[in-house]
Parts: sequence; C-alpha cells; structure tokens
Amino acid sequence: MELKTVGTAGTLESSDIMITLEPAQSGGIEIVSFESSVMNQYGRQIKAEVLASLDRLGVKNAKVTVNDHGALDCTVKARVECAYYRGCQCDVDGTYPWGGVIR
Amino acid sequence: MSIPRPKPEKFRLRRTMMFMNAQKPGLIKDAYIYGADSIMLDLEDAVAENQKDSARFSLYHALKEIDYGNTEVIVRINGLDTPHWKEDIRVCVAGGADGIRIAKTESAQDVKTVEKAVEEAEKEFGVEVGRTLLMAALESPKGVLNAYEICQASDRLFGVALSGGDYRKCMQVKVIPGGIEMLAARGHMLMAARAAGIQCFDTVFTNINDDEGFRAEVKQNVEMGFDGKSLVNPRQINIVHEMLAPTQKEIAEAEKIVRAYREHAAEGVGVFTIEGGKMIDIAFVPGAERVIKLAKASGIYEGDL
Repeated sequence: MELKTVGTAGTLESSDIMITLEPAQSGGIEIVSFESSVMNQYGRQIKAEVLASLDRLGVKNAKVTVNDHGALDCTVKARVECAYYRGCQCDVDGTYPWGGVIR
Repeated sequence: MSIPRPKPEKFRLRRTMMFMNAQKPGLIKDAYIYGADSIMLDLEDAVAENQKDSARFSLYHALKEIDYGNTEVIVRINGLDTPHWKEDIRVCVAGGADGIRIAKTESAQDVKTVEKAVEEAEKEFGVEVGRTLLMAALESPKGVLNAYEICQASDRLFGVALSGGDYRKCMQVKVIPGGIEMLAARGHMLMAARAAGIQCFDTVFTNINDDEGFRAEVKQNVEMGFDGKSLVNPRQINIVHEMLAPTQKEIAEAEKIVRAYREHAAEGVGVFTIEGGKMIDIAFVPGAERVIKLAKASGIYEGDL
C-alpha cells in the first residue's frame, strides 16, 4: 500500500497529536513542520516514534507535519498509523495487521 | 511496555463500569485512576462515524501499552447492523481486551454471531480460545423480552446490561424519577440473568448534577438486586461503591455463616444454627461470601476470612 493522497489524523486537544502525511515521489521522509508543547522534554522522543512508526509501515517517501500537545507514545503511533491508512485510501476492514506492522 | 493482561475472571466484582471514549487520549491514559471496577472503552456512540478507524488505533495501543492494573477493561463495539463490528472485534482480541460489550443485543443469535467472530479472531491472533469474555446490552423491548435466551447464549457471557436511552425511545417514555418507566425492563432482565446464573447491570444516570436523583436510583438498584451500574462520570463511582458496601452488621452475620459453614462442612453437617438461633444451610453461603468480598472491595473489612 502506498500513500495516494494527504492523510490526517488526531486533534489539537491536550494529550493528542495531529499528524499529516503527504505523498512524495522521492526525498525520503521529510518533516516539514514539527511543533510540540513539550518540545524541550520530549521533542526528540516524539520525532523518533513518528519515524519508527513510518518505518514499520514501509513508508519511504512522505512530507510529514506534526503538531503535538503532549501525546504519549501510544497516541503518537495510533495517529501516524491512522493518517497512513487514510492516505492510502484502501478499504482494509477485516485485514488490519494488528500486532504486525501496527504494533 | 506490552505487558499481557492476566486471564479475565468471569465472575469478578463489577459494581461500577465507567464509559470512556476510546478516541480521546486524555481520557484513556488515566482511566484506571478513578477506581472503577471496570472501564468501558467505547467504540460505539461516543465515537463519530468518521472517526471509527481512528478510535481503533488508539484502542489497540492503549490496550497494549497502558497498565490498567486490576481494573477490568471492556470494549463496547459497534452494533451488528453497522459495517464496523467485525473489525472492532479483531482489534479487541488482538489488543487483549478482557471483554466485549455487544450493543443492541436482541437475540441469542446476536451473541452467537459475536462469539463466532471472537473465536476466529482468537485463533488469528494466537490468543487462548475462550479468553475474551462477553456481555450483552439490551436496548430495546425485543432485547428485554428475549433476555433469558440471550443470557444463556454463550459460556463467555458474564452479564447483561440495560441501556436506558434507546429502550426509553422505543417505549415512547421519558426519564421519570422513581423509575416507573423502567420497572418492567429492570425486573424482567434481573430475573433472566439470575435464572441463567449471570450478572446484571443497570443503565447510566446521565444528569451528573443531580446527586440526589442518582443516589435514589442506586438505592433502588441495590434493593432490586443489581450487581452494578454503568456510569458516565467518575464522580459517580464512589457513590455506588459506598452504597453497595455492606453494613458492619451484615458483615458480622456473613462472617458467622461462613465460619460455621466451614466448621460444619468438615464434619459433614449440612444444616446448622448460628448464634441467635438462625438456621443456616448451604444456600446462605454464596450470599455470605459475596458480602465478605464486597466488604473487602469497599475497604471496610477488618476480619481474617
């Protein structure tokens, strides 16, 4: 599965994170914007979690926008994965790989 | 990270079941600190139609990574009349939820349909077959009338719950203080649950500013014999726990029964009298044990049973 369109997930509420993935032909993973209310303490950790999730999902090229309001790791993963599946526009109900690339 | 939850206990204490929107990270991350016996992560009514996908990802990672301790984790899945319920079941089982609440249950077949999908998911994700418990929510007159067959539909089923909102809509009634509009449903469902040997839970009380009305409803629940109640606000948890707690007199009596039963059972005697001349047989024992268990959970038990 590949990103076909812009996929967005998450909100700007406290403890949440909004992730936007835009498909790209090349250029690898480019973080075009990264904002976090806890940048000093957790900025690096959140960024690493976003990149690790994209890697698991097999995303090679994409423009990524991150707007964080203090999300835990589990929420970061959930929003990246949701943005990816939305951007792929595939109906995968019944076959989501829980415990596979979603983990 | 990723601590597998212990195998769920079918007949644990479930005085309070607190609803939480599975889609809201702020809620689910510390859902357990409120002290409810069970939390109910909701994929159904609390989640907007265009966020059903997103809620499942949140749910999966919350189940895998948040330590809920002794709090039971149940997930309310979408109804069988929606396109969502099958994937909901897959994510619940893969994430290791303790149980699944079936919305809008109307027949034994509804329970069996869910049970089959749960078993398939357990096999798919390498989860012990039979681990995932079920409970059924009755939300319509048809569901209530079929309560007994529903209560007997699966070994996984630990209880039934009434869902007042939809039921009242079907019956064309509004919320009445004293609950006359729900009396028949509550009574019928309780009888069905007891006849089938499973637990029974009352519906939510949604006016969170009406403490007096809430207490009156909980009092009625206790008197009617409910095991517990679904809740929408953490403030309601302690009120229910307090009102379900046995009195010191009840605890003392229960202790006498349990102790006397143990002594007499060892000697092979089945019927005996306790202090004060009350005649006791084995039928009194489960009730007495339940009182002790409730007292312990309420933090007011000082004995050594």
